[in-house]
Amino acid sequence: MGSKLGWLKLPLYGALLFLYLPIAVLIFMSFNESDAPFTWTGFSTRWYGELISSPEILTGFRNTLIVAIAATIIAVVLGTLLAVGLARYQRSAALEAIALTPAIFPDLALAIGLLTLFTNLNYALGLDSVIISHALFCAAFVTAIVRGRLHQIDSSLEQAAADLGDTAVGAFFRITLPSIKPALIAGALLSFTLSLDEFVIAFFTNGPSTPTLPIVIYSMVRFGVSPEINALATLVLLTSALIIIIAQRNLKVKDQI
Amino acid sequence: MRMTRKVTVSSFAALLLFGLSACSGSDSDSSALDPNADLSKQTLTVSIWAAYYPEDIAAKFEEKYGTKVTITNHATNEEVMAKLTAGGDSGIDVAFVSGQFAQALAAQGLLENLDKSLIPNSSNLIKEAEQLSYDQGAKYSLPYAWGTTGICYRSDLMKGDEPTSWNDLLTPKPKYKGKITMLATERWLMLPAQKALGYSANTQDETEMGKVKDLLIKAKANLLAYDDTTFYERLVSGEAVMVEAWDGWCNYGIAKNKNIKFIVPKEGSDLWADTMVVLKTSKNKEAAHAFLNYIYDVDVHSWVVDNILYKVPNKAAMAKSLPALVGDFPNMGISPAELLQQEGLVDLGKASSLYTRIATEVTSK
Amino acid sequence: MAQALVKTERDANQRRALISRSIFLIPGLAYITIFMLVPLGFIFFYTFLTRGTYGGVEYIFTLENYTRALDSLYVGILMESIMIAAAATLLAFLIGFPTAYAITKLPSNWQNVFLLLIVLPFWTNFLIRTYAWIVLLNTQGFLNKGLINTGLINQPLEFLYKPGAVILGLLYAFLPLMILPIYSALVRIDPAMKEAAINLGASPSQAFRQITLPLALPGVLVGAIFVFVPSIGNFIVPELLGGGKTVMVGNLIRDQFLKARDWPFGSVLAISMVVMLLILFFLQARVNKAVLGEKSG
Repeated sequence: MGSKLGWLKLPLYGALLFLYLPIAVLIFMSFNESDAPFTWTGFSTRWYGELISSPEILTGFRNTLIVAIAATIIAVVLGTLLAVGLARYQRSAALEAIALTPAIFPDLALAIGLLTLFTNLNYALGLDSVIISHALFCAAFVTAIVRGRLHQIDSSLEQAAADLGDTAVGAFFRITLPSIKPALIAGALLSFTLSLDEFVIAFFTNGPSTPTLPIVIYSMVRFGVSPEINALATLVLLTSALIIIIAQRNLKVKDQI
Repeated sequence: MRMTRKVTVSSFAALLLFGLSACSGSDSDSSALDPNADLSKQTLTVSIWAAYYPEDIAAKFEEKYGTKVTITNHATNEEVMAKLTAGGDSGIDVAFVSGQFAQALAAQGLLENLDKSLIPNSSNLIKEAEQLSYDQGAKYSLPYAWGTTGICYRSDLMKGDEPTSWNDLLTPKPKYKGKITMLATERWLMLPAQKALGYSANTQDETEMGKVKDLLIKAKANLLAYDDTTFYERLVSGEAVMVEAWDGWCNYGIAKNKNIKFIVPKEGSDLWADTMVVLKTSKNKEAAHAFLNYIYDVDVHSWVVDNILYKVPNKAAMAKSLPALVGDFPNMGISPAELLQQEGLVDLGKASSLYTRIATEVTSK
Repeated sequence: MAQALVKTERDANQRRALISRSIFLIPGLAYITIFMLVPLGFIFFYTFLTRGTYGGVEYIFTLENYTRALDSLYVGILMESIMIAAAATLLAFLIGFPTAYAITKLPSNWQNVFLLLIVLPFWTNFLIRTYAWIVLLNTQGFLNKGLINTGLINQPLEFLYKPGAVILGLLYAFLPLMILPIYSALVRIDPAMKEAAINLGASPSQAFRQITLPLALPGVLVGAIFVFVPSIGNFIVPELLGGGKTVMVGNLIRDQFLKARDWPFGSVLAISMVVMLLILFFLQARVNKAVLGEKSG
């Protein structure tokens, strides 16, 4: 396959090397025997053992999972409804722009806005405030993906169902929903992965006693290079890779853009 | 997972309906604490610096009093201050913050006045440490550990150039350029320059602070980084040869490499105290007091010292721990009298914005 | 009578349409309003208030926060942030464009594989990816050890804790966000257009410059925004790879909220950042329109 590329091989493989070299070093060092951060002393899986017996990591992981699942559910419901509404009932460039803004808005601005809101409402920060916040930008991604899918499929079937006296909600469940199922799955997986890795908004909107995994990672990273982080990085990479490959099977990467 | 969803959905619904103001506690309620409260019915959330406590302290306390303890970590004072001053109930019952930060919290009315009758072990507190400038009489805070700030360095990599003055850190020999770190938290970022210039570490004089700024900007050219958390690792790996450090934290480096030494520069330094405070919003104040009391138990506090390698203002606990430690970690032997000669840090009130601005100018230059 | 019936039926239809429209649109739009638009309103409101001595706000109205933001210190930091984010964006384009172009030249089943390889690192934790560079670039790290072992250098080089390291970290973090939109713009170009140009006597490089580049421009702009926006508001990369010696506007905003507890001033900085980005979005939409208009014209 490479022969047609000619000199273009250089940027392509160069970019891949650039993207993977640091990760490869982390994976490699995660199997290092000693805790010397920069010296290889021998093969060992002890850091994986320490990782899964660390209460901080486990709590963080559990909290992250709760947030990601809950935020995904809210995001899929809100995002799908909004996408259908925008595609079938109210075509408006302005509304569409507002619906997609949380996806591209700077996370720091969203984060301080939400912090200000919760503070003014005297709402105790915790996992639920992170869930609410994550659902906001996740929903925008779901809207974008489902909206893209709705563009591709024919609306005449829904129209026919409506003409035959079906209610809008009925037509949605019988006709629209099955046809956008792949987009829903892709959107849900995307939301889940985004929430799983999200740090900035969680950092501002979380309470002190329920750290999510990225917050735990942040404090670990600030306390220096450690083999546990390397092991954790390897596991996170594997999990994300798995989810993304499944998501891609449901919706080609191309369509997500 | 089912429960999760329920919690989420209900809180979500509550938020949408804005029926929320009910969940904030009333702050006028300062009724006397119940000395006979059933501590096993209370739970505690304690925020401490990461790696600044024996790992099983929560379990040990729970074993003794039946109170479930959740420990959360913060990396810096500023991180926990943000949570505590955001408004509303942070969910934290006991917080560990440095003295001047405790003073700022008290000034905002966020701290509970300590009921010493529930902390009988506080009689172990060294008398002088009860009169530290940020909280005279230890009304709302009890020191957990105390110490001073100095220079932590690799004696093997700096042979013949062992630092004795803050100027050795601020204007080093060219060969040490790029191998020095300074602390990033504002007050300690300023300290070396303030002391080198002969000023107070609490100065609010704009001209003096202007000179401090100029000296710090000059010093920045020689720095590897500003670093509050990993400086001792950089000494161990050899990435740095000389760092501004808190005495106890230098000990973590000494534990890994005997060539690491600590000195208090001749111009003098600060006396800092990391304190324990009880939040007014806490609904578990009896358990919170019991936690402070537990720490001040001689055996427990001595166990803390053995673990964190910091000095504590608890005479009996120090007497118990010191003999085994002072050989390896000479700075553990700095006496309370010597510490008290250093300058105590107090909160600056409105002048803190002057410090913030200078810190921004220095770090962004 | 019949007319009235038709009218009520039309009314009923309209009502039904209105109801279904509401069912679909209202939950999402309400959510965005409550959790994005209202908070932004709060931030805007805060810009006119006074900070309390110990954090919080006092309801004393002032424009002082705005005049303070015009101080050369903060304007300087904003300028440096723009430079750093722009440098990361430019580098991402220089690397991303040929990479995306190369992928379009692959057989289509391989295209998907390579796209997946490009996006995969993006889905690992951002903090971990940033941290990886510390392991790699430290003076005691792998790159320096490798270089010393091969005899290329004898003193370790200081890669970290400089603005250059911050640019590198941002480039690394967001490069996939440049490659994907460029790729999607490139694959949409009809190969027949290029062939036609060549048939009409254009050289391949002329055809590239006159057909491919302009048509890829919308993708490039989207990519540029995708890299620039998260770069300028970033505070983690400057902190971890800048060693606290580089301050970007993201650090400044974070510090006003979490360290200095000066919410009004932090709000001014945040609003300025948002306004700047809105201008960018607007410009991008204009250019996009112009390019697409040209294509159809």
